[in-house]
Amino acid sequence: MARVVVDVMLKPEILDPQGQAVQRALPRLGFDGISDVRQGKRFELEVDGPVDEAALARIHDLAESFLANTVIEDFTIRVEEVAEAVK
Amino acid sequence: MTARIGVVTFPGSLDDRDTQRAIRVAGAEPVALWHKDKDLKQVDAVVLCGGFSYGDYLRAGAIARFSPVMEPLLEQAKAGLPVLGICNGFQILTEAHLLPGTMLRNDHLHFICRDQKLRVENAETSWTTDYSAGQEIHIPLKNNDGQYVADAYTLDKLEAEGRVAFRYLDFNPNGSQRDIAGVTNAAGNVVGLMPHPEHAVEPLIGTGRTDGLPFFTSILKKLVNA
Repeated sequence: MARVVVDVMLKPEILDPQGQAVQRALPRLGFDGISDVRQGKRFELEVDGPVDEAALARIHDLAESFLANTVIEDFTIRVEEVAEAVK
Repeated sequence: MTARIGVVTFPGSLDDRDTQRAIRVAGAEPVALWHKDKDLKQVDAVVLCGGFSYGDYLRAGAIARFSPVMEPLLEQAKAGLPVLGICNGFQILTEAHLLPGTMLRNDHLHFICRDQKLRVENAETSWTTDYSAGQEIHIPLKNNDGQYVADAYTLDKLEAEGRVAFRYLDFNPNGSQRDIAGVTNAAGNVVGLMPHPEHAVEPLIGTGRTDGLPFFTSILKKLVNA
């Protein structure tokens, strides 16, 4: 079994008011030296069966049509091997 | 016989009853449609109303867009069925790619509820013929995700083709690009806007005016004269 992670971020040219609000709060909390914050979404898909090319292609379609709105968002897909249960 | 106008209720829709009432006040017959319906009960037009379908999870309108009722709606809208999307309904129409662009959180990050002044830019769509181009109207606005955005090419194209149907006047309440409050598709049968005409159809409630009523009388005239 494997986990596929889809990260969805607003495109660079799209204003991110939530990220800006987080960034503005940082100096007040004593965090200096952070010049920009962008907020996104992370989806963890637990995949039954092998994560082969066909499975990744389907996940790509899913991300493009549903998880992300490509008018305003970009997405990346990566496979994360799930560690064996610790004895 | 009068026109039959469907109003879709999704889980989390809020304004279905008000929309049905506005349709009745205009003299048409409202028909309740359910998100699980696989056909549109042969209605002559459809309104997707405001609210928070599926709790606005993922993105406003993103999950409602894949409801069973949207399948016949997409097909028939492309063939010319008049569809009006108000607020969450507008968000659903952009998620379904029936209308261009999309909505982001209001730029100030607050929910906003106010009487909003608009200019009707396009009085030739199925839903706006009872207005005149350039007419100024007041109708309520209430939303969290109302900031209309699209890329510059799309915006220029919309402007050039007269498809910016409504613009915010005096005050841009959410950071929408080019003060856009609503847009139409190229054929003029699919229209979406963030403010709520259905809340301004009787003098007693809403803005105390009936500036929203012409949406519903426009479509009625179009359908009855068709």
